[in-house]
Amino acid sequence: MQRRVLMALLAGSALGGAARLAADQPVEIRISAKKFEFHPNKVMAKRGQPLVLVLTSEDRIHGFKMPDFGVRADIVPGQETRVPLMPDKAGSFTFFCDVFCGDGHEDMDGTLVVEA
Amino acid sequence: MLQSDRREFLKLAGMAGVTFTAGLFPGERVAAQATDFHFVQFSDTHWGYSGAANPDAEHTLAKAVATVNGLARQPDFVVFTGDLTHTTDDPKLRRERMKRFREIVSALAVKDVRFMPGEHDASLDKGEAYREFFGAPYYTFDHKGTHFIALDNVSDPAAKLGDEQLAWLAADLKQRKPDDRIIVLTHRPLFDLQPQWDWTTADGAKAIELLMPYRNVVVFYGHIHQEHHHMTGHIAHHAANSLIFALPAPGSQPKRAALAYDAATPGKGLGTRDITVADKVTLIELPVTKG
Repeated sequence: MQRRVLMALLAGSALGGAARLAADQPVEIRISAKKFEFHPNKVMAKRGQPLVLVLTSEDRIHGFKMPDFGVRADIVPGQETRVPLMPDKAGSFTFFCDVFCGDGHEDMDGTLVVEA
Repeated sequence: MLQSDRREFLKLAGMAGVTFTAGLFPGERVAAQATDFHFVQFSDTHWGYSGAANPDAEHTLAKAVATVNGLARQPDFVVFTGDLTHTTDDPKLRRERMKRFREIVSALAVKDVRFMPGEHDASLDKGEAYREFFGAPYYTFDHKGTHFIALDNVSDPAAKLGDEQLAWLAADLKQRKPDDRIIVLTHRPLFDLQPQWDWTTADGAKAIELLMPYRNVVVFYGHIHQEHHHMTGHIAHHAANSLIFALPAPGSQPKRAALAYDAATPGKGLGTRDITVADKVTLIELPVTKG
């Protein structure tokens, strides 16, 4: 009986460790940019689940800025820009292009939705 | 202007209870350093814009020029704090817009006119066309004892002043005395007004840091298409109305979309600004058309 309990506890501990390991592994989210939009322009995430944003551009240099998480990067055509991000608070957070790219630049934005 | 901003500004400027038209030169001594004068600020004229936010776009600038020409006391000079033209990807059309803009404003009775670029003028070609028509994007000039510094935070499309310009600013300021009157003109806010709407200058804090040792500094800017007043320490920052369409108050709605045109009140939220410089700086907002 004691042996079975011990095995169950060990198994439970291993599963919990695996779950923690999964939660610690960054989730990659790919976002492409072109005049004057991000695709996707709505990104879902879970609080505490680390992310890596993989940013690419289809046409010209754009910027990616998300002030609420202190994130900013240039997105250069032909390159992947990888941006780590830890969504440690729930809510909707705007990201936008901060490298002026023409008429429509002001509308080039998107939302990161972080669920609790 | 948000009431909380207004109260904070009045408190910081030591003017609580006074009808708001003025920002002090905070460190001004009793004895004036210079003869009084006034100048007019135009901003965000966006010549070439076409859209529902201003069905009168082809005439608004000319009307404002006529209104300023009609002032009983003509200003010593006029400044344009950026976005003279509306952006276009076509370099030829960009130049045509600048040419036509220059023709319209040449009707100003005052011939001392100073220009600055906005991102719509200069960010797509790093200021190339702008410089062809209007010259250097950053410079200084002096008028009746006040030192003016025009800063360019738009020719870099990432909204930076850049190290070269900051070094130039530092060198210029070294020649100033701590109580000199200094007026800074620029397009974008130098401080983080609303980062979620990109109403910032990436390295604007460095410029403010350089200006901080000087006691009498006032900043006039545009970009946000509305009257707005803010203090960073003792430095007052005043945003001007646009002449094309108004934008919402910072953070008042999810997006910074243009406010809808109201046919019942054409010209609402638009205009220019008359600035008197004496022992204090007095701001009077002028409508597009004096009715």
